[in-house]
Amino acid sequence: MADKKELAVAALRNGTVIDHIPSNMLFKAVKLLDLENVASQLTIGNNLNSKRLGAKGIIKVADIFFTDSVINRLALIAPTAVINVIRDYEVVEKHPVILPDVITGLVKCDNPKCITNNEPMKTRFTVVDRSAGILRCDYCSHSVTTDRATIL
Amino acid sequence: MNSNSLVTIADLTKEQILHILKQAQFFEEHPNHRILEGKVVATLFFEPSTRTRLSFETAANRLGARVIGFSDAGTTSSSKGETLKDTIKMVSNYVDVIIMRHYLEGAARYATEVTDIPIINAGDGSNQHPSQTILDLYSIYKTQGTLENLTITMVGDLKYGRTVHSLLMAMRHFNPTFRFVACDELRMPREYIEFCRDNNISYTEHTDFSADVINSSDIIYMTRVQRERFTDILEYEKVKDLYNLCNSMLDDSRDNLRILHPLPRVNEISYDVDDNPKAYYFTQAKNGLYARQALICNALGIDILKHHTTNG
Ligand SMILES: [Zn+2]
Repeated sequence: MADKKELAVAALRNGTVIDHIPSNMLFKAVKLLDLENVASQLTIGNNLNSKRLGAKGIIKVADIFFTDSVINRLALIAPTAVINVIRDYEVVEKHPVILPDVITGLVKCDNPKCITNNEPMKTRFTVVDRSAGILRCDYCSHSVTTDRATIL
Repeated sequence: MNSNSLVTIADLTKEQILHILKQAQFFEEHPNHRILEGKVVATLFFEPSTRTRLSFETAANRLGARVIGFSDAGTTSSSKGETLKDTIKMVSNYVDVIIMRHYLEGAARYATEVTDIPIINAGDGSNQHPSQTILDLYSIYKTQGTLENLTITMVGDLKYGRTVHSLLMAMRHFNPTFRFVACDELRMPREYIEFCRDNNISYTEHTDFSADVINSSDIIYMTRVQRERFTDILEYEKVKDLYNLCNSMLDDSRDNLRILHPLPRVNEISYDVDDNPKAYYFTQAKNGLYARQALICNALGIDILKHHTTNG
């Protein structure tokens, strides 16, 4: 299996591998997970061959295990992403990302007259249509689709 | 967060709406019922709206409450850069209920999240204006004797008119039939059409404000068509007079028909309609007082009907 071969390259002992990130979203994903400032070993690959996506990105980070609420934010920009949790060189957990029901402090409301764009506060969106990826601002009710959402 | 806050009409169940209307009816019969003696009400108008503010302040005064507040954001701390949160927290120290109007959408929802004092939304940008909806419902209820099974025709700016959107949503409990009369540019937005479908509400859409439509209506809800809503001025010139109502158009209308309008009007209802007994928009505005008395009590958790029976 191609995945296995790639995982082996970095020979991660403990940590997280995030696979199947669409290539154009890789750096957004890095930013969203706040990996720019981690001190542990970090391997980022992009434009790798993928049967599913054409080109994919992959993130391998040592000694960091994300909580579901953090990792599921990825669903917003990379719904195809797959999380592999590695302990002692073994994949002990493997699961897709799941879009949470409520997304706090992550998406910008594109309504300039929305209170969230005028007060120092967190935005909050409710997922109103999971299959179509439609989010609605809890404050002004404007809708945005996940593929067009501006990430803060 | 105070659960008696009112941010949007969608927060209210059918039973709550009917209960508020019954309280409004009580206040119409007893307008000076000083049940809020000793209470302080704040009216925070970050955006000026004399009409709404006077209505709320009169309501509070007739209930015996004291009123503090401001009517223009230019004179307040928010013009010095204070956040909405800080203003709400500061005022919360002084009062029992906050009535607020704000130019930003979602401001009232946010305010409820930073205080335990009940908030009444008196309009947040183009978003919500639930007290207008309650007075509209009360006007319909009073003139028709019921809210159930009515044919309601909405005319004019159905795209941006928040009053028609809120009224539409509130009426979902009462099996209405809607007729939406507007030009293409200002037709009812898709989300509200879908709302009708999802809630099994029957509706028809018209570009003609025709005799057929008028003569089959129980309520005609007029709104203003504003020039600034049009991207194409020629289009505005073409349609601006198509949705005006004059008295002769009412000749064959139902006896129970009433004409509503959130006011102020410009020329969408001609002055010759004013003397027709079917013209209801001035009384509608007056109903706003009783509706707001009911809403203030509701926000304070006071049930005037219970109170009244126990006190004789
Ligand atoms: Zn918003």
